[in-house]
Amino acid sequence: MTTMTASPSSAAHDIQVVTLKIDDQEVSASRNQTILQVAAENQIEIPTLCFMPGLKPMGSCRICLVELAGSPRLFAACVTRVSEGMTVITDSPRLRKYRKQIVELLFVERNHVCSVCVSNGRCELQALAVKLGITHITQPYRYDKMVVDSSHDLFRLDHNRCVLCTRCVRVCDQIEGAHVWDVAGRGIDCRITADLNLPWGDSDVCTSCGKCVHICPTGALTEKGTAVAEMRKQPDFLPYLTIMRENH
Amino acid sequence: MSAKPRVATAWLDGCSGCHMSFLDLDEKLVDLAGMVDVVCSPTVDIKEFPQNVDVALVEGAVSSEEDLHKIKLIRSRTKILVSLGDCAVTGNVPAMRNFFTIESLFKRAYQENADVPLRGEPASTGRSIDGPCVAVPKLCENARPIHEIVKVDVHVPGCPPPPDAIFHVVAELLAGRIPDASSLTRFGK
Ligand code: SF4
Ligand code: SF4
Ligand code: SF4
Repeated sequence: MTTMTASPSSAAHDIQVVTLKIDDQEVSASRNQTILQVAAENQIEIPTLCFMPGLKPMGSCRICLVELAGSPRLFAACVTRVSEGMTVITDSPRLRKYRKQIVELLFVERNHVCSVCVSNGRCELQALAVKLGITHITQPYRYDKMVVDSSHDLFRLDHNRCVLCTRCVRVCDQIEGAHVWDVAGRGIDCRITADLNLPWGDSDVCTSCGKCVHICPTGALTEKGTAVAEMRKQPDFLPYLTIMRENH
Repeated sequence: MSAKPRVATAWLDGCSGCHMSFLDLDEKLVDLAGMVDVVCSPTVDIKEFPQNVDVALVEGAVSSEEDLHKIKLIRSRTKILVSLGDCAVTGNVPAMRNFFTIESLFKRAYQENADVPLRGEPASTGRSIDGPCVAVPKLCENARPIHEIVKVDVHVPGCPPPPDAIFHVVAELLAGRIPDASSLTRFGK
């Protein structure tokens, strides 16, 4: 029986479970989990955009920003790990203001004409605007004309609708293993690019698996032949593949 | 003199779909008609936007010099200005012409796409015309959402906004409250 009692110092070292507070709710978690995972397990919803279960988190869109008590900084919940005694605030006027600003900037950066978009009604950017109560965009629109790459036999990339979430980059690299997509350019000139800046249809490594198309949150990557509001994405393959890999 | 709220609707660069959606209120329109004075709308034969309007619902983007003049006049004579529909709220389809110069637009619309011979010439000759800048108001460089030009009090997105959303907004305004349409409609609805 004595073997069950570890010395206090090694017990502290071995602690895997931490307790923390999310929005006044006491929760426990394993310490390698992220705030976003723990919140989801406890039915606390934090809005996201670039996050996709089954892909490595990027923390690039900043929609999932949360406050941590004692820090003036904001933290992306998808890439911040929980720790003992942490107090997380997932909703506040300040967070709402920043989330709205981020979504508004995404709307003005590219050209989102929802009424004529293939993803109208099934778009994560649109849904975020609804969730955040956005009825108009307070920033001036840029009207920067972007190209549409229709060179692939089956699919289309419309830069006008891209929010640079990099889900396509990650799924093609981490799941399909083809690594067709990358991000080129800086700042406002950032673009998703196929191979070393080739038209998508000229890529030798694209297997035409369609994974990028179906996890793209907007009307940026779509199947050809879809008209307004006709694009139905089926991202469910990803959790399935992830479960299969983890159990392998 | 009637003490009913004075309501107006106006139509800038839009397709009239938002007005059609308003008309789709069907029998609710009858109730509404009893509650307000419609002092100006595309269906009311009045040349200039009247004074002392309580609520104005405006459809369409601000696209031409006439739209610009109208929206400034509407704003100066209206207590509560409602941007009705995606063209008014975001610029929507009318703003898709902002990628092109006005010259190339005119060329496309009045020469390349003309299937009626112009001034006795076959369209295929491509003879230059200046575009109809005398008969119709001059286009602004860009079509813009209304709130980029004047202050807007309530935004009702949607292409067109569903009748229920329009009714909610009008009913709330008549009850003296500023409505939030965000749970009833969205961009592209
Ligand atoms: S991608 Fe989404 S937000 Fe953008 S135009 Fe299409 S439906 Fe609207
Ligand atoms: S279709 Fe498949 S292989 Fe081709 S770019 Fe998309 S994810 Fe990569
Ligand atoms: S194409 Fe789609 S998935 Fe790729 S970065 Fe743009 S929005 Fe994200």
